[in-house]
Amino acid sequence: MLIAVLSGFVLAVAAPWVRQYTGRYSGWVIGLLPAGLTAYFASHIPLIAAGETLRVVHPWVPGLDIQLSFYMDGLSLLFALLISGIGTFIFIYAGSYMNKRPDLGRFYVYLLMFMASMLGLVLADNLIALFVFWELTSVSSYLLIGIDHKSETARKSALQALLVTAGGGLALLAGFILLAAAGGSFEISELLSRGDVVREHGLYLGILILVLIGCFTKSAQVPFHFWLPSAMAAPTPVSAYLHSATMVKAGVFLLARLFPVLSGTLVWSVVVPLFGAATMLTGIILAMRQTDLKLILAYTTVAALGTLTLMLGIGTELAVKAAIVFLVVHSLYKGALFLVAGSVDHGTGTRDITVLGGHAKALPITFAAAALAGLSMAGIPPLLGFLGKEMLYEAAAHADWLFYAVLFTLAVVISGMLHVAVAAIVSLRPFIGQGQDTPVTPHEAPFAMWLGPLTLASLGLVFGLLPAMAGDALLVPAMGAVYGVPIDYQLTLWHGFNWILMLSLLTLLAGVFVYRSRERIRARLTDADPWINRGPEYGYFRALDFLNWGAQWQTRFFQNGYLGNYLRILIASTVVLVGGTFLLKDNLSLAWQSGSGMRFYEVVVAVLMLAAAILAVERPSRLSSIAALGITGYSVALIYVLFSAPDLALTQILVETLTVLLFVLIFYRLPRFQTLSPPSARRRDALFAVSMGGLVTVLMLAAMDARIAVPISEYHIAASEPLAFGRNIVNVILVDFRALDTLGEIVVLVLAAVGVYALMKLYPPKSEGQ
Amino acid sequence: MEPFLAVVVGGLFAAGLYMILRRSIVKLLIGLVLLSNAANLVIFVTAGLHRGVPPLVPEGASAPLHTVADPLPQALVLTAIVISFGVLAFAMALVHRTHAMVKTDDINDLTSTDS
Repeated sequence: MLIAVLSGFVLAVAAPWVRQYTGRYSGWVIGLLPAGLTAYFASHIPLIAAGETLRVVHPWVPGLDIQLSFYMDGLSLLFALLISGIGTFIFIYAGSYMNKRPDLGRFYVYLLMFMASMLGLVLADNLIALFVFWELTSVSSYLLIGIDHKSETARKSALQALLVTAGGGLALLAGFILLAAAGGSFEISELLSRGDVVREHGLYLGILILVLIGCFTKSAQVPFHFWLPSAMAAPTPVSAYLHSATMVKAGVFLLARLFPVLSGTLVWSVVVPLFGAATMLTGIILAMRQTDLKLILAYTTVAALGTLTLMLGIGTELAVKAAIVFLVVHSLYKGALFLVAGSVDHGTGTRDITVLGGHAKALPITFAAAALAGLSMAGIPPLLGFLGKEMLYEAAAHADWLFYAVLFTLAVVISGMLHVAVAAIVSLRPFIGQGQDTPVTPHEAPFAMWLGPLTLASLGLVFGLLPAMAGDALLVPAMGAVYGVPIDYQLTLWHGFNWILMLSLLTLLAGVFVYRSRERIRARLTDADPWINRGPEYGYFRALDFLNWGAQWQTRFFQNGYLGNYLRILIASTVVLVGGTFLLKDNLSLAWQSGSGMRFYEVVVAVLMLAAAILAVERPSRLSSIAALGITGYSVALIYVLFSAPDLALTQILVETLTVLLFVLIFYRLPRFQTLSPPSARRRDALFAVSMGGLVTVLMLAAMDARIAVPISEYHIAASEPLAFGRNIVNVILVDFRALDTLGEIVVLVLAAVGVYALMKLYPPKSEGQ
Repeated sequence: MEPFLAVVVGGLFAAGLYMILRRSIVKLLIGLVLLSNAANLVIFVTAGLHRGVPPLVPEGASAPLHTVADPLPQALVLTAIVISFGVLAFAMALVHRTHAMVKTDDINDLTSTDS
């Protein structure tokens, strides 16, 4: 299973060369991988249908209890099949659709990465592994949406998708860690049986909120729905893939995956379906407002995701069944319709439904695919969509509370009605009736471009006619995996004459009515534009602006180009942070007492040193300041002499002499001291300097008592003569024990010398005007 | 003696920082010297002070006969003294060149890369 997941990443590396060598057949060649994966996953159907599960574990970060483990049950198998199966057609389609584009190779790389990440996501058993794949899908979809990197819209949409989904991903990570803490394991397969423990745990509410944020951002639920239509900037095959089987389904997948762990509480049953219903209605109503085929489809995806969330939120057995069936229904028709939109665009040069019309003759096969998919979307028998819709109605009507049952039945019926209208708009309108002239003379799409949509749309029909075929092997095990206990269920198309069928008929009639008055509805909705424009997307842009403004403000504040400002910030933060720690930690003692006592002459030297330093600071003339500086330096040398450091004293005296000489030599070329700052600034700086000096004193006193181990110098003292044959231990340390340090020191000196020489001697040739 | 010297070193630090905070570019150099002296003393003093016991091995012996001052901080400080001299020489040359090129000694005039 590891190989199956990772093969996409491996092929991604080679994809540009495959594209180069196979030319216009590249889509078919690369499509072999997802096709093979489909076969591989399909070979597991009998096993899973028999109620077994499969788990493969590879060690990853054993120290943190993180494994690269994969888990296959009904749910993950269903998703894996959708991803690889639809992926096959997407690759074949893209190879033809984007054949002329020079960046097709790069496109394959991203799309393969994306497919592999998605497979990893649905098959992962470890929460951390799942999170990694989750973020990989965000990153690769960012690359896919922004593939036209020269277009500003594409870049903006890509960034928007990334910020929203990766931002939610962060919440998800936190949620996962809490979940693992509450459930005692990072493995989903173990958590699935510990739902009771997690739900009773004090962290449950936090876990639920964080996980829901992650799922809702990924699956474009209100109020995060805006990124999905923007992501239409991607090429059509990407949209088809993103919307039908991958990416946006990831959030729903996770909701379903964790359903046995998190669902069943009051919070879940109250909150989750409300978000779902709101998203469903928002999506389908906004879809009515659009005129671009792809945008219409994008908003219906939002609606479909809302429907799925609603069903999982209701959480009854009926609702779970409906969710799984509708998931497959939607994947099939949405994948087909997006590809149809691409073919229409390709064949006519436009996607505007107010222009398109009457192209059934020119694009017969595409029309067939569109019609089949559209019928499924509208929920007309004998397609699988009909079955899906019936189950949705039934589940909504049997929600736990009467109030919710009424509310949600109403919501799904309204949504179903609008779905009928939208299905007619996208799958009939371009092909029948009268249209205007299109930029390109209408022509049918090539084989590679109608194979996918036709197959996917036909599957909707086949599964509708023979529901047991898909049901027993695939759907029922998936339902069981979500619901937590095996479900024994027989899918049938015909549920008999009951009031749900009446509701379906009503929906259909109302849908036709809505379709006929679509122009008026669109005009009404366009009137509401100012109100819609103030929606969540507006908030997103405002938040982004605020972030930029904040970044600029803090950059101007902290890095305004004045050296003094930088230093004061450094000093202040050091004093506050380090000093604050001192105040908060009370077990630090200051060594005010010390064993060595005080001698009169030592005190004199120390006082002299400090007095000279103060003189050096406040003398107004350069020469006296340098003289005072010299006194400080020699006093330091004296301290070294008094306290057993003859080598230091020697070096200090030499260096101090050189320093003073250097100062005297160079200073007469430099300007005289000037008093540039006003007194208030000087007082402020003095305050900063003195507080930092005080902190250093305190640190020294604290450090003196802080030794906790035997100093390494005891080894140096003992080994100096026997090992290094030297009797001056300091010298031995410098040239022997720590010789590399000394080498570094010499390098620094050489560099400084080169720098000084360059600064003093080399002048650039004088340019004009100087 | 250590606590007393700790206070003195704190004073040196304050003096050095005050000079570095000045706008006159020449005073910055003086601050640099004061700061390096202070930093060296921090290492030297915190390691503990001992009188009259330099870290030397007497002739004929394989180790010092009595406790000696800790040689490691001394080695570190020795390196630091030399390096700070290198840094100072470079800083002086830089200041000199800067002054020659841009004709100002106010650091606040040096806020952009173009004069």
